Amino acid sequence: MNPQTIREGYNFAYLDEQTKRMIRRALLKAVAIPGYQVPFGGREMPMPYGWGTGGMQVTAAVIGENDCLKVIDQGADDTTNAVSIRAFFRDLTGVRTTEKTEEATLIQTRHRIPEKPLQAGQVLVYQVPIPEPLRFIEPSEVETRKMHALEDYGVMHIKLYEDIAQFGHIATAYAYPVLVNGRYVMDPSPIPKFDNPKMDNSPALQLFGAGREKRIYAIPPYTDVKSLDFEDHPFEVQRWEQCCAICGSDESFLDEVIMDDQGAHEFICSDTDYCRERMANLEVTA
Amino acid sequence: MNREPILQVDNLTKLYAAGKGCEAVSFDLYPGEVLGIVGESGSGKSTLLNCLSVRLAPDEGDIHYLTRADEWVNLYGLSESRQRHLQRTEWGIVHQHPRDGLRMGVSAGANIGERLMATGERHYGNLRQTAQSWMNDVELDIARIDDKPTTYSGGMQQRLQIARNLVTHPRLVFMDEPTGGLDVSVQARLLDLLRQLVTEMNLAVVIVTHDLAVARLLAQRLIVMRHGRVVETGLTDQVLDDPQHAYTQLLVSSVLTS
Ligand SMILES: [Zn+2]
Repeated sequence: MNPQTIREGYNFAYLDEQTKRMIRRALLKAVAIPGYQVPFGGREMPMPYGWGTGGMQVTAAVIGENDCLKVIDQGADDTTNAVSIRAFFRDLTGVRTTEKTEEATLIQTRHRIPEKPLQAGQVLVYQVPIPEPLRFIEPSEVETRKMHALEDYGVMHIKLYEDIAQFGHIATAYAYPVLVNGRYVMDPSPIPKFDNPKMDNSPALQLFGAGREKRIYAIPPYTDVKSLDFEDHPFEVQRWEQCCAICGSDESFLDEVIMDDQGAHEFICSDTDYCRERMANLEVTA
Repeated sequence: MNREPILQVDNLTKLYAAGKGCEAVSFDLYPGEVLGIVGESGSGKSTLLNCLSVRLAPDEGDIHYLTRADEWVNLYGLSESRQRHLQRTEWGIVHQHPRDGLRMGVSAGANIGERLMATGERHYGNLRQTAQSWMNDVELDIARIDDKPTTYSGGMQQRLQIARNLVTHPRLVFMDEPTGGLDVSVQARLLDLLRQLVTEMNLAVVIVTHDLAVARLLAQRLIVMRHGRVVETGLTDQVLDDPQHAYTQLLVSSVLTS
C-alpha cells in the first residue's frame, strides 16, 4: 500500500507531535476520571469562524492512519463546516472519510450524537463551547473547582427547580446536565437532551474538547451517565407529533425547516446519514 | 444549665496586627443559648465570628463542636468537605447584607430550597411545600415565592435569608448584625421574629452586634470586646445594668445618651 500523501510542509494531523502527546496525556487523565475536566495547554487551529477548536485538537491528537473519519455539524455531514473539516483532515492525514456512522472509527461532532447506536471501538469527539456546568451560577473558577472536588452540587438542581417553577416542567432542552459515573456533574455540550440517553453505557469512547477554556473531559465506554431530575419531574426527551417528512421516522430528532416563501414548514431528521439510509432501505423493499 | 455545651472555644487567636483581629478568646456555648458579642467596629467581633463559623482559620486555639450525632469534633481539624457539610446541615449563617447570604439571581423558593437540594431532596413538590411553609413562618407573602430577592425590600430579604438558613433545622446559627441597615420599625418586627424562632427551635446562636438594644433583646449572655480582646463577660442584664469594665461602662452610657 502506498504511504498516504498529506499536504507538504505540515505534520500529520496539523499539530506537532509534542502538542499531540500533551493532549493525549490530558485525555488519559480524563478517561481515568470520568466527567472530570482536565486542563490542557490548548493550541490554535485554523478553524471556520465560530466553530471552536477544542474538538479539533482532540481529533488531531487521536487520529491515526487507519482511522475512518466522519464529521457532523448539527447532525449533518453536508454543512459547509462539516465538509471543510472533513477535507482538512483528509488533506493533513490522508485518512479515509465517510458519512456512514457504522463505517467511522472516529466521529467529530458538534451538537448531535448519531441516531445509529455507536459500537465498541468507535470514538466520538465533541466540540464544547462552555465546559463548566456550574458556571451559570458560580462565575469563579476557583470556587467551581472546589465545588466539584467536594461534590457540592446542590446548585445544579436549582436550575431545574427554576424551570419547573417558571414553566411547569423542566424546560432545559440543550446542554442538559448529567452525573457521570455517580461522581462528577458534567455539561454534555450543546447536544439536545434527546441525545442524553445515548451517552449512558455507550460502548463507544466519548471525548470532549473545549478550546477557548482549555478543558478536556471524557466518558469511557460503558459508563453510567444519568441526567439530573426530580422524582416528581423525571427526565424526559423531546418528542414530536410529526414524523420526518423525508423518511417518515417517528423516533429520530427532528429539525423544523422552512420550505418556501409562504412560510410553509416541515420536520426532517437532523441526522442526514440516518435519514438517507432509511430512504435507501425503503427503496429496496418497495 | 447542666447540659453539655455544643461549642467550646479555647484561646482562639487571629491577629492581622497588634490589637487588630481577636486574641485569646475562650467561651462555652450551650444548646438553646444566645450569646451576644458586642463592641465597636474594629473590636474584632467580626473576625471572631468568621473564625467560629469556619470561614477564617485562626492563628492559634481550638474550637470543638458537638455534632448532632453526639460526636465532639475539632472544627479546624476537619476536612473541608466535612466543614461544608456542617455549615449547610447543622449551622446557619445570617449575614448583615442579604446579598452576601442569598442568591440574588434565583427565586425566593429556590433560595429556601437550595440547602434541601444540596442534602439530597429530589422531590419538587416537597421543596415547594417546605418553601411555602417557611415563607409563612417568616411572614413573607407566599405569592412572591417565584420572585427574585432583587424585587424584595431589605426587611423581606433578611426574612428570606433567615428562612433559607433555618430550613434544614440547624442547631447553631451565626448572625452578623442581622438587623443592621434596616428601618427602626422593620428592625423591631424582625427582632421579634428572631426571638420567637430561636425559642421555638431551641437554637444556639452567636450574634455579633454593635447595637446594645439588639443584644439586650436577644442575648442571654454577652461578651464585650475591645481591640481584639474580651474585656467583660456575663449575663446580659448584669453586663448592661452593672458594667464592671470601664470600656463597657462607656459603651452603655453612650447608648443611654444617644
Ligand atoms: Zn428522516
